[in-house]
Amino acid sequence: MTAAAAFFYLFAGLAVASGFMVIAARNPVTSVLFLILAFVNAAGLFILMGAEFLAMILVVVYVGAVAVLFLFVVMMLDVDFAALRQGFQRYLPVGGLIGAVFLIELLLVVGSWTIDPGLVQAPLGRAAHGESLTNTQALGRVLYTDYVYFFQIAGLILLVAMIGAIVLTLRDRTGVKRQNISVQNARTQAMAVDTIKVPSRQGVEV
Amino acid sequence: MIGLSHYLTVAAILFTLGVLGIFINRKNVIVILMSVELILLAVNINFVAFSTHLNDITGQVFALFVLTVAAAEAAIGLAILVVFFRNRGSIAVEDVSMMKG
Repeated sequence: MTAAAAFFYLFAGLAVASGFMVIAARNPVTSVLFLILAFVNAAGLFILMGAEFLAMILVVVYVGAVAVLFLFVVMMLDVDFAALRQGFQRYLPVGGLIGAVFLIELLLVVGSWTIDPGLVQAPLGRAAHGESLTNTQALGRVLYTDYVYFFQIAGLILLVAMIGAIVLTLRDRTGVKRQNISVQNARTQAMAVDTIKVPSRQGVEV
Repeated sequence: MIGLSHYLTVAAILFTLGVLGIFINRKNVIVILMSVELILLAVNINFVAFSTHLNDITGQVFALFVLTVAAAEAAIGLAILVVFFRNRGSIAVEDVSMMKG
């Protein structure tokens, strides 16, 4: 067994095992941590396949942003997770049956077909002039030329998601004192200070 | 020799685990969202496997877009979850049907 095969079985086994733990763990915090492990192992698989840029993006975007967001929400919400696992035993037979049928079907498809050899193109990383390209360069060459509109739309989707998340979670609390800076800055001396000449021994009306 | 079918098998197992997770954790929205992430990860593994096997970079470009949409979906989903928890004090899925406009 070569080193590449050994690493493949290591990454694949760990990814599948942690994927199983994601859905089987009692505590969602454990689930999130196993999800992170699954993503890291999938990044390892990507590197084995030769897609280094996507592997790095997977680590940065998923492990760095999405999984941490999940962890943050799981820890922020004060939920009785034991009560949420009530139907676990009840749904297990049906879910297991459907999962088994689905997996068998997928594996039959994977095992029984072949790819038309004519579809396989010339090796990547060989540009028109014969210079060799890294994976990131090859991706960048098509991403910013052929797929530039899709790239822009992806940015727009992220912007919409950001605005949507802010709008959804922003709340207006009543009865909370807040600093109003424009009102503070608009105050003049005439509004704030009242000069009164106080007659002797008579006091002043407030 | 590790070929295309090995990677497709891993992706198929991960996809099935995601579907199974949606079935057996029917009450917990957080685990359902994580199962959806697993499914999208399996799809990405398929895209990259075919891309490198067929020497066509387009699959990786598409995987990049899938990643973008998955990130946006997670952000929106968790935001809805937080609002829902604030209103109802629970994240059980069956309570969602009682939500009023």
